[in-house]
Amino acid sequence: MEALQARLKTPADLERYRAAIKAKQETITHRLSVCGGTGCAGGGSARIRDYLQDYLARRGLSARVALRFTGCLGLCERGPLVIVSPGEIFYQKVTAADAAEIVDQTVLKGELVERLLYTDPLNGEKYVSANEIPFLKKQSRFLLGDNWRLDPASIEDYLGLGGYAVLAGCLDGLNGAEIIARLKASRLRGRGGAGFPTGIKWAEGREAPGDQKYIICNADEGDPGAFMDRSLMEGNPHSVLEGLIIGGYAIGAGEGIVFVRAEYPTAVKNIRLAIARAEEVGLLGEDILGSGFDFRVSVSVGAGAFVSGETSALIRAVEGQVGEPRQKPPHLAQQGLWKKPTVVNNVETLANVPLILRLGTESYSGIGTASSKGTKIFSLVGKVNNTGLVEVPLGMTLREIIDDIGGGIKGGKRFKAVQTGGPSGGCLPASLLDLPTDYEALSEAGSMMGSGGMIVMDEETCMVDLARYFLAFLKEESCGACFSCREGIARMLEMVEAITRGESSPGQLELLEELAAVVKEASMCGLGQTASNPVLSTLRYFREEYLAHLVDRRCPAGVCRDLISFRIEAGICNGCGACRKSCPAGAVEGKKKEPHRIAAALCTRCGICLETCRYGAVLKE
Amino acid sequence: MQEGMIERSHPFRQNGISLISQLQQIQQEHGWLPEPELRRLSAATGEPLIEIYRVATFYKSFSLAPRGRHRVTACCGTACHVRGSAGVTREISKLLGVKPGGTSADGRYSLETVNCLGACALAPLVVVDGEYHGNITPAGTRKLLKKITGPEAGNGAAAER
Amino acid sequence: MVNLTMNGLEIAFEKGASLLEAARFFGIEIPTLCYNEGLNPYGACRLCLVEVGAPGRSRLVSSCTYPVQPGLIVRTHSARVLKARRLLLELYLATCPSSKIIQDLASKHHVTRVRFKQKNEECILCGLCTRYCAEQMHGHAIGMVGRGAERRIGSAFNKKSEDCRLCGGCSYICPACQARCQGPDEKSAVCGACLNLAPPCLDDHDDAMCYLDPCAACEMRGER
Ligand SMILES: Cc1cc2nc3c(=O)[nH]c(=O)nc-3n(C[C@H](O)[C@H](O)[C@H](O)COP(=O)(O)O)c2cc1C
Ligand code: FES
Ligand code: FES
Repeated sequence: MEALQARLKTPADLERYRAAIKAKQETITHRLSVCGGTGCAGGGSARIRDYLQDYLARRGLSARVALRFTGCLGLCERGPLVIVSPGEIFYQKVTAADAAEIVDQTVLKGELVERLLYTDPLNGEKYVSANEIPFLKKQSRFLLGDNWRLDPASIEDYLGLGGYAVLAGCLDGLNGAEIIARLKASRLRGRGGAGFPTGIKWAEGREAPGDQKYIICNADEGDPGAFMDRSLMEGNPHSVLEGLIIGGYAIGAGEGIVFVRAEYPTAVKNIRLAIARAEEVGLLGEDILGSGFDFRVSVSVGAGAFVSGETSALIRAVEGQVGEPRQKPPHLAQQGLWKKPTVVNNVETLANVPLILRLGTESYSGIGTASSKGTKIFSLVGKVNNTGLVEVPLGMTLREIIDDIGGGIKGGKRFKAVQTGGPSGGCLPASLLDLPTDYEALSEAGSMMGSGGMIVMDEETCMVDLARYFLAFLKEESCGACFSCREGIARMLEMVEAITRGESSPGQLELLEELAAVVKEASMCGLGQTASNPVLSTLRYFREEYLAHLVDRRCPAGVCRDLISFRIEAGICNGCGACRKSCPAGAVEGKKKEPHRIAAALCTRCGICLETCRYGAVLKE
Repeated sequence: MQEGMIERSHPFRQNGISLISQLQQIQQEHGWLPEPELRRLSAATGEPLIEIYRVATFYKSFSLAPRGRHRVTACCGTACHVRGSAGVTREISKLLGVKPGGTSADGRYSLETVNCLGACALAPLVVVDGEYHGNITPAGTRKLLKKITGPEAGNGAAAER
Repeated sequence: MVNLTMNGLEIAFEKGASLLEAARFFGIEIPTLCYNEGLNPYGACRLCLVEVGAPGRSRLVSSCTYPVQPGLIVRTHSARVLKARRLLLELYLATCPSSKIIQDLASKHHVTRVRFKQKNEECILCGLCTRYCAEQMHGHAIGMVGRGAERRIGSAFNKKSEDCRLCGGCSYICPACQARCQGPDEKSAVCGACLNLAPPCLDDHDDAMCYLDPCAACEMRGER
C-alpha cells in the first residue's frame, strides 16, 4: 500500500491520501476475506490464510487478489468463514485443504464451490451471498458490517471506506459543544451497561473546570458470555479510535486511554497497531490535521477482575491500584483519573459516535424505539442454532432475535429462558419473548440491557443452577469491601446451593428474597446493587422450579447432580460395553453382550455414559 | 472530611509506569511473581510491600506460585456453563489430578478457569497450551488431554479410582 | 456551608464533610462499625446507610463516605433504612457472634433472631486495623489481601512484617474481637435483653424524628 511521505497536515491532505488509496485499490479484481475472529481462529483460519497467501503467490495473483485476515464475521457457529468478493460469496466450514479450490474455481473461473456454501438448517436452502443468509440479512450491521471489508491492521482499508472523514469534519467545522448537541439529539445511550445518555456525560466532562482531562475507552468486557466489544476492537479498531478522538476533542481532553482486558490479546495487539498507524499518518499526536488539537492515546491492559470494569474501579486500575469501586460523588466528571475530569465510555458507545455524525442525528434516531435509539450488538449464545454476534435495531423483540436470526433452539428442544445483561441481568421466560429489547422494557421485566449478552436456554438448563452459577461468579468477582455484597452474596449462594442439593427447607425462599432485596439496596457499587437480579428474576419467573427442588427434591432439568441418578434400561442395552469403558469412576458393571448396570454408590453422575451410549439405553432421572 | 478522602496517596505517579504494568512485566519475565522480585520492586519504588502484595492477590492474572509446564484453561463463562462446562472442568480436574486454580505437585500441569474467552459460539471451550478447542464434552476430555498427558497417563489416572 | 434537609430539618453544614459527620453533629445517632474519626472513611460495614434523594427516587448510601450536597434530602431512620440495617445486623450476628459491639447494636435494633446459618468468623473486614496501621502508624505492616469471598486481612506473603512495630493499635481498634456477653443462646449471640431492659425507641421516622429518650410519643401510644 501507498507509503505516506509525511504526516497529514490538513483535511485536504487526508482526502488526497484517501484518493490515492482508492486508486490503488482499483487494480484489485478480487478480495478474499478470511475470518480471524477467535472462533474461526480456533478452527484454524490462520492456516487457511497462509495457504491462500502461498497459493496466490504461486499462481502469480498476489497483485490483483487482495487477501485479508479480518475480525469476526458473525456466524461463528459455521466457522472458519471465507468471503469472496465481488459477489460476497459466503463459504463456511472451510479448511486449509479448500484453499486452492477457492482460488481456482471461484476467483479464476467465477464458479462456486458448492459444498462450502451455507445451508439453512431450518429449510435446507442453500445461499450464495453473505447478504442473503437469513442470519445476516435480518440484522442491521451498521457497526459490524465493515468487519469483512477491512483488515484491522490496515489504516488504509479503513480510510478507503471513508474512515476518519467524520473526525476531519469535526476538527474542521464543529466545536465541542456542537458535537455534543448532535449526540444529545441522537439520544445515544451508553452500551456498557447502565445506558446513561452519552451526550449528557460528555457535556458534564466538557463543562468540568480544568485544563487537563481524560477520556477512557472501557474495553474490559467482563460479562461472561459476551464478546461484542472484543469483536469491534479486533475487527474494526479504527472506528473505536475515531470515536475516542472525537470524544477527546468534544470534551477538551488531551489524552485518551483504552483499558483492555488481558484475556483479549488480539484486541490489545490490534488497538496498539491502530494507534501506532494513526500516529504515523498524523491522525493522533500534535496539531491533528492542522486544527491545533493535540491528542494522544495509550493502552492500559487489565490484570483480570470483573469489578474493575466499573468506572471508578477502572480508574484505579488504570492508576495501577487495586480495582475497587468508590462511592460517587465526587463524580468522575469532576474527579476521575489522577483526580482530573474524566469521561469513561464503552467500546460500542464510542464506535457509534462516528456513525451518528456520518448518518446525521435524524436518520440515526430513526433507528430504534422512543427511548432507545440506534442498533445494539448482542452476543447470541447458548442453545440456539446460529450462535454469534447479531446487530439489530434496538426494540427488536427477543423472539425475532432468537427465532428469526438465531434460527431457534438447537436440536429441536423447547425454549425455556433467555438471560440478558450478564451477572447483573435476569432471566426472562417464554411468556416474555415478545418483549422489545429496549432499556426500559428489559429493566421493568427484572432484567437489563447490560452490555448485550444474550444467553438462550432450553429445557435442559436448570434455573436454580443458573442462579447458583451467577452467585458463584459474583462471590469470586466482588471486590469484597462492602459487607452487604461480600457476605450477602456468599449467603445467597449457600442458600441456593442447599436448594440444588435438596437440603433446603420451606421458608428459605422468602428469606432468600429478603436478603436479596437488602444486598441490592445496601451495597455501594453496581456489582452489589445488581447481584441479586439473577436470583430475583429466576424466583419471579421460575418459582415452581425452586419448589420442585425444595419440596419434591427433584431437578426437572436434570442438572443438579445431587438430585439425579443414572440407570441403564436393561431392555435396550445390548451390552456393547462402551459405557463401561468410558466410565471414569468404574461404576458400570456387566458382561459383554449382557445388559449392564450402574453401581449407584460409585457413580459420580458425570453423564459420560449417557453421552457415550449410542442406543439410548442410559436414562437420567 | 478532606477532598478525595478515601483516596490513598500514591507514589506511582501519573507519568511513571503503573504498579500493575510493573507486575505484568515481572510476570512476563518469570511466568509468575517471585517474592524476591516483589521485595526488590518495593525497595526500588518505595511502595509498601503489602500494597504490592495486595494488588498481586487482587487480580486474577497474577500468580504467586510457579505455574505448570502445560497449562489447561477451561472456560466457565455463562455460555460455556449452559452448555455443560462444569462437567468438562470436573473431568479435566480428575484426569490431571489438579484442582481448578491449582498446579500438580510435579509441576507438569496447571488447570485454570476463566470467565469467557470471547469465543462463546464454540462453547464449551478448553484451551490447552494456548490452543483453542471448542464443543468439548466430558467424554471428549481424555482425548483432548492426550497430547499433554500421553495416552498412558490419561488412562492411568482414570483407572486409579 | 452547605444547606440540606435531614429528617425534615433544614440544616447547614461545613462543605466537604460527610453526612455521618453532619448527622452526629446534630445529635442523630447512626450506627457504625468501620468508622473512626481519626481515620479515612471506608464505607464497608454498610451500617451507616441513610436514604438520600426525593421520595420515589431515593437510594441508600453509606453516610460515612457521602459528602453533604446542597439541597440533598436525607433520611437517617426511614423504614427502608431500618429494614436494611436490621437485616445487616442479623447477618453480622450470624457471621461474627463473638463481638459485644455487634451484639449490642443488634439488640438495640430489636434483632431477636438469627435465621441464617451460624458461623464463627473472627473478622468482619471493617479495615479499621489496616487503616490504623497505614494512616496513623505509617506502618503498612498489614493490609487487605485477595478479592471477594477470599478477601482477608494479612501481611505480605503471610510472613510477619518487618515494618510492624508491635504497637498493638490493630487489636485495640478492632470491633470484632471483644468478648461478648454470653446470653442465654451461646451460639447465636442474640441478646437476652438482660442489659437492655428498655431498648431505646427505634421506630422508623420518615420526615421527622424524636430525640427523647425514653420516647414520649411511644409512651403516650402505650408502647413502653
Ligand atoms: C461490576 C461492573 C462491571 C462493569 N464492567 C463493564 C465492562 O466490562 N465494560 C463496560 O463497558 N462497562 C462495564 N460496566 C459499566 C461501566 O460502569 C460504565 O457504565 C460504562 O463503562 C460507561 O460507558 P457507557 O456510558 O458508554 O456505557 C461495569 C459496571 C459494573 C458495576
Ligand atoms: S462463555 Fe466460554 S467463551 Fe464465552
Ligand atoms: S461506617 Fe459507613 S459503612 Fe461502615
